[in-house]
Amino acid sequence: MAGLELLSDEGYRVDGRRAGELRKVRARMGVFAQADGSAYIEQGNTKALAVVYGPHEMRGSRSKALHDRALVNCQYSMATFSTGERKRRPHGDRKSSEMTLHLKQTFEAAILTQLYPRSQIDIYVQILQADGGNYCACVNAATLATIDAGIPMRDYVCASSAGFIEDTPLADLNYVEEAAGGPQVALALLPKSDQIALLEMNSRLHEDHLEQVMEAASKACKDVYAVLDQVVRDHVHEVTTLLGE
Amino acid sequence: MLTSRTFLKRTRAGAVMKVVREHYLREDIACGAAACEQCGQQAGEPRLEAQPSGAASSLCPAPHYLLPDTNVLLHQVDILEDPVITNVIVLQTVLQEVRKRSAPVYKRIRDVISNPEKHFYSFTNEHHRETYIEQEQGETSNDRNDKAIRVAAKWYDEHLKKINNEETIQVILLTNDRNNKEKAVEEGLTAYTCEEYIKSLIANPDLVDRLACVSDEGKEIESGRIIFSEHLPLSKLQQGIKSGIYFQGTFRANRDNYLEATVWVHGDAEENKEIIIQGLKYLNRAVHEDLVAVELLAKDQWVAPSSVVLQDEGQNEVDDENEEEKENTLKSSVNKNMLRPSGRVVGIIKRNWRPFCGMLSKSQIKEARRHLFTPADRRIPRIRIETRQASTLEGQRIIVAIDGWPRNSRYPNGHFVKNLGTAGDKETETEVLLLEHDVPHQPFSQAVLSFLPKMPWSITEEDMKFREDLRYLCVCSVDPPGCTDIDDALHCRELENGNLEVGVHIADVSHFIRPGNALDQESAKRGTTVYLCEKRIDMVPELLSSNLCSLRSNVDRFAFSCIWEMNPNAEILKTRFTKSVINSKASLTYAEAQMRIDSASMKDDITTSLRGLNKLAKILKKRRIDNGALTLSSPEVRFHIDSETHDPIDLQTKELKETNSMVEEFMLLANISVAKKIHEEFSEYALLRKHPAPPPSNYDILVKAAKSKVSFNILE
Repeated sequence: MAGLELLSDEGYRVDGRRAGELRKVRARMGVFAQADGSAYIEQGNTKALAVVYGPHEMRGSRSKALHDRALVNCQYSMATFSTGERKRRPHGDRKSSEMTLHLKQTFEAAILTQLYPRSQIDIYVQILQADGGNYCACVNAATLATIDAGIPMRDYVCASSAGFIEDTPLADLNYVEEAAGGPQVALALLPKSDQIALLEMNSRLHEDHLEQVMEAASKACKDVYAVLDQVVRDHVHEVTTLLGE
Repeated sequence: MLTSRTFLKRTRAGAVMKVVREHYLREDIACGAAACEQCGQQAGEPRLEAQPSGAASSLCPAPHYLLPDTNVLLHQVDILEDPVITNVIVLQTVLQEVRKRSAPVYKRIRDVISNPEKHFYSFTNEHHRETYIEQEQGETSNDRNDKAIRVAAKWYDEHLKKINNEETIQVILLTNDRNNKEKAVEEGLTAYTCEEYIKSLIANPDLVDRLACVSDEGKEIESGRIIFSEHLPLSKLQQGIKSGIYFQGTFRANRDNYLEATVWVHGDAEENKEIIIQGLKYLNRAVHEDLVAVELLAKDQWVAPSSVVLQDEGQNEVDDENEEEKENTLKSSVNKNMLRPSGRVVGIIKRNWRPFCGMLSKSQIKEARRHLFTPADRRIPRIRIETRQASTLEGQRIIVAIDGWPRNSRYPNGHFVKNLGTAGDKETETEVLLLEHDVPHQPFSQAVLSFLPKMPWSITEEDMKFREDLRYLCVCSVDPPGCTDIDDALHCRELENGNLEVGVHIADVSHFIRPGNALDQESAKRGTTVYLCEKRIDMVPELLSSNLCSLRSNVDRFAFSCIWEMNPNAEILKTRFTKSVINSKASLTYAEAQMRIDSASMKDDITTSLRGLNKLAKILKKRRIDNGALTLSSPEVRFHIDSETHDPIDLQTKELKETNSMVEEFMLLANISVAKKIHEEFSEYALLRKHPAPPPSNYDILVKAAKSKVSFNILE
């Protein structure tokens, strides 16, 4: 049986994109009134919801408080209905715990935590529908939510994945491409300063190709940045006109 | 624009899963026509010519592009590959279906598309905004794809009308499906069957013969008599094999008797390894090398392998009485002890048809268009083909492909693919040999040649950095006379401490062929250089094999060297390996080298070096033989070629000189040293090869023959 052709000779991927193209990104900020900040993002069929509380005083054990900066507390979860087969546990499994840790590292690098010593910032993200690039969608959603909450950051954190198939780097992999088992890089970037907040790679990739893949990933991140920035500007514009009335 | 495809899928565990996939529709997919100004042409040249220069057709004299559907592509790929057919649009829908159904055809059509002279364009219609269609409720995916093809054809038709040109280019849909054609005509498209179109080509009547005769409904009823029993469907076969009623095995036709075959059953079962099948009906249309399912007959119907030679010579289809008579002759002389498990073919699991070389046996009826084709390989049945150029094809070597074998036909149906040339011609027969033995012998493609180093080539500083300079050594090579691909060279010199330094230098091909590139892949596919009587089919392009990677005398060449320090008793004291640059001082033939060694007068460096090597080689060989080495002689042959006609006139086995064994000995030693090194360094990945003892069953035939001839018992 012939497997799926991930990149046709004409240069189209399974879903009709070219190698460097992102999926359609749609996002909204301020979707919940209760939370300090919230955002919803769709990257193709991957849908994520992020909520930010804080900065507020330490909850739970006070001993965790850091005297010189704020504690970033993250939780990643996947809705039971987010995948093809129904999930048993929305969070707390190994994969989710790892993702939680990654998110925490990413945002500790981006948020100006030293402005809020002895306090806590909570970031909760949930994947509503999973179709590849879950980590990236979470980071992008959380960035918007953090901005919505008014928490100062060094820069937007934009994330995108990149793979490498048939000697071509592919940006923003969907589930089918991820499942093919090729190498995959997830990159979270602070686009203005070109600083890397997090870089993760699965599977094996030859050193010679790494540069190409990184280039594709950071290009994708900057594309994401353009979209996110527009979303924020639109949102601010909308809010200010409402206030103006 | 975005749409999504949703479908249900059954997982391996049996659960039903819903799959949702995105499907982007684009507006930037070019139509590929050179004259089109609306589509911004993207990468590369437009593939379809502005003035299609294909063969003139009486059906549509206007310029046109062809648009074949899946079945046309699958069955008529031989025709599409012909240089006459150009300017073809291959839809993505069609390509994907072909890919699913036949990998070899897919590969061939991909090759055609990538050939710029053919002007084939593959149009990504499934992602084009105006040609994508959804599958409707209750519509099969086949119907949906047919519709997609028609929609794309329609789009092209209208799109091409918008081009400002005095003559609009037409799009012709080629389909053999009657329904599809009717619908297309209804929608205002120009549609022909492949046959109609090919027949209308004015200048190329010979193409008609290459049309594969795919069984239309019409042809099925033609002659009502059914000769063979039906093949069981695959699902039933698998069930049968699982439950042990049927056996799965490879069908091997008997070379000397067309009414007999054996099936080698797969698996480890001790009994019934080899099942005999006798008689046309039981052979049931299986062809040599097919994967078949066999049912075992009851014990009282078992037969013995026949000892008669039978060749299929019938010309007509109606000489069944004859056939039965022949079958009876098989059964007459039966010895009770010789009975073997016998069976009959109930179904074909996988056909292993390839194009066959052979000759046409012209029908006796003068105007007949159906002729029988006799393959060069006697294990292949004769094939019926339809051709109008039988008289020109007579006496030629031709290639024929099998299309199918209906139940009512004595012979399989096939079609003519290619004419190789006159039988008996040297070139033609060589071609037949190469094709029948599956030797890739096409000239190297442009993609492969692009990886060759640019000439004039020279050694750079960069190269020297990683290589040891051994140009000062007195290296020489010893090869058969006339050898141009010198891959190994040797040297030997005395060290100050009385020991000898011996080096084997192998041409460093890996410097020029990098892993994974087209050149590497092509060489891997060829695997070996094939030496024919008067020509050689290279594994790597000639520039490398007989120039840059040939260690010729008095030029600097890259090598991989294995250098030992040995004492005069040929015991290895030290071994080292290095990439090097050498400069061979002499390329000798075996005879020349022998002469130097034997001559009393010569005392130059090369000769002393050779003498040293020869002495060591003798010791090495003796040690090897004492250790139980086995010598299998496979004498090399040489052809004497007539200097005028270049025809081979005589054959001579090469006589072996001392120097042959000298070179051989050091090559072995180098291999042993390398193997040791690999085993030391990469013990986890080193492959150690070992010949297992041959199973006694391999000798069955020999034992039997010995028994019957001289009543001579070979004991196990």
